[in-house]
Amino acid sequence: MLRDITIGQYYPVDSPIHRLDPRVKLAGTMVFLISLFVTSGIAAYVLATLWLGTLIYLSRVPFRFITKGLKAILILLIISVSFNLFLTEGRPIFRIGFLTMTWEGLSLAFFMAVRLIYLVIASSLMTLTTTPNQLTDGLEKGLGFLKRFSVPVHEISMMMSIALRFIPILIEETDKIMKAQTARGADFESGNLIQRAKSMVPILVPLFLSAFRRASDLAMAMEARCYHGGEGRTKMKPLRYEKRDRIAYGIMVIYFVLMLCTRFLPF
Amino acid sequence: MESYALRDISFEIQDGEFIGLIGHTGSGKSTLIQHLNGLMRPSSGTVYFNGEDIFGAGYDLRALRGKVGLVFQYPEYQLFETDVLADVKYGPKNMGLSDQEAEERAKEALALSGLSEDFWTRSPFELSGGQKRRAAIAGVLAMEPQVLILDEPTAGLDPRGRDEILETVSQLHKSRHVTIILVSHSMEDIARYADRILVLNEGNLQYFDTPKRVFKYYRELEKMGLSAPQITYLMHGLRDEGIDVDTSIGTIEEAREEILRIYEKNRIKD
Repeated sequence: MLRDITIGQYYPVDSPIHRLDPRVKLAGTMVFLISLFVTSGIAAYVLATLWLGTLIYLSRVPFRFITKGLKAILILLIISVSFNLFLTEGRPIFRIGFLTMTWEGLSLAFFMAVRLIYLVIASSLMTLTTTPNQLTDGLEKGLGFLKRFSVPVHEISMMMSIALRFIPILIEETDKIMKAQTARGADFESGNLIQRAKSMVPILVPLFLSAFRRASDLAMAMEARCYHGGEGRTKMKPLRYEKRDRIAYGIMVIYFVLMLCTRFLPF
Repeated sequence: MESYALRDISFEIQDGEFIGLIGHTGSGKSTLIQHLNGLMRPSSGTVYFNGEDIFGAGYDLRALRGKVGLVFQYPEYQLFETDVLADVKYGPKNMGLSDQEAEERAKEALALSGLSEDFWTRSPFELSGGQKRRAAIAGVLAMEPQVLILDEPTAGLDPRGRDEILETVSQLHKSRHVTIILVSHSMEDIARYADRILVLNEGNLQYFDTPKRVFKYYRELEKMGLSAPQITYLMHGLRDEGIDVDTSIGTIEEAREEILRIYEKNRIKD
């Protein structure tokens, strides 16, 4: 169950998408998400599908990896689709009791589902092709202008990368503690809600303790290596835009303009 | 990429045996022991306890875990209660014992583990590393298992703490006839206590025999990233010098006797 968490999962292959600057990928994801929500109609979705398909093909990430993230939103998807199907006013198709399915609802539900699915696929594609370190580097540099408004951009991005780094470690730790308590006869599955919540205590206490211990060890190790925040800190691999990044930005603009143009199409 | 963590493993352990389980990091030791109390399920094959298939339909795995106690590596990280006694009671209580019975068992287990009574009412988090480990081992002992599996119980302890824990385990084996499976990196420890040694190499069962017979393969052990006990190398060294000693010796006591025997024999000859 815990192993299904896909946040920060990186798929290590060499591809044109992997090689792009993380800022390009962040901006690209934003542009794609916005383009999905400012447009509607068949033409726009055909174009978005083609665009996403091309990106997935170029990224060389197997398709089943990308769709893994969809499991997490399955329930959300079912709820939003059924609400749209039955609660939209319009020409009825059929009715079950007080519920009426309408043509308008059908089309709305369909486009809603497509939007949600594409949204998740696009963000998964970004995290799958960008290492967590690159991602936070990209965020730090991309949001660097906020420093002028005294937002601690470096600190926030450092916290993010540490948090991401610790997800797999803590998952593993939870697994170990669960096994150790199971070996002492613990039972996490049966009983009512309160009993089950109580049965989590023998996992949560050691887990919290271990998280605190790791955090303090890490802080100590960082201080021992003279970490003192972002001021005057240099980078081994500073982010620099290459030719391919500029080309990518260009293609992105063309895509966005095309998407906007579909608004003027009659269908 | 899929690979086998364990493959072609078949062995039988008798009641009251002391088994040493040894293997290089990643050889599958921890995976193997988790099958023995049903925490992990083999993708093919099965495990029998007292002749019953533990993965069979209707087999009570929770009851099994009371009979086959498993002490994980660094067990002190599983402590969670407000005081040591309450933590040790967790296991027996999970087995459905009354509070009073659990308390009796917990006290007995703590006494066995050698943790002094002054610590029983303290928070487990105030104890030192070695004391915490004793408390955690007591937590498994309190379930009164017939088989006790310990995964590197001495990792990260100082030499004294290490000897004390191993002595406790050995006492349990001798006085209570608990079957012991001890996972260790140290051939010295295993040579001292084990009746039989199970050597794992890359998920395969390489040897399962008495220490003396296993140490004969010391060249092969080296290839697996293991080694025979230091003293065995000394005996080989003596043999190479032309002194006729038994090279299968694995403990210092045995070696002392062997050397004294040879010494006596030579003195009589002169």
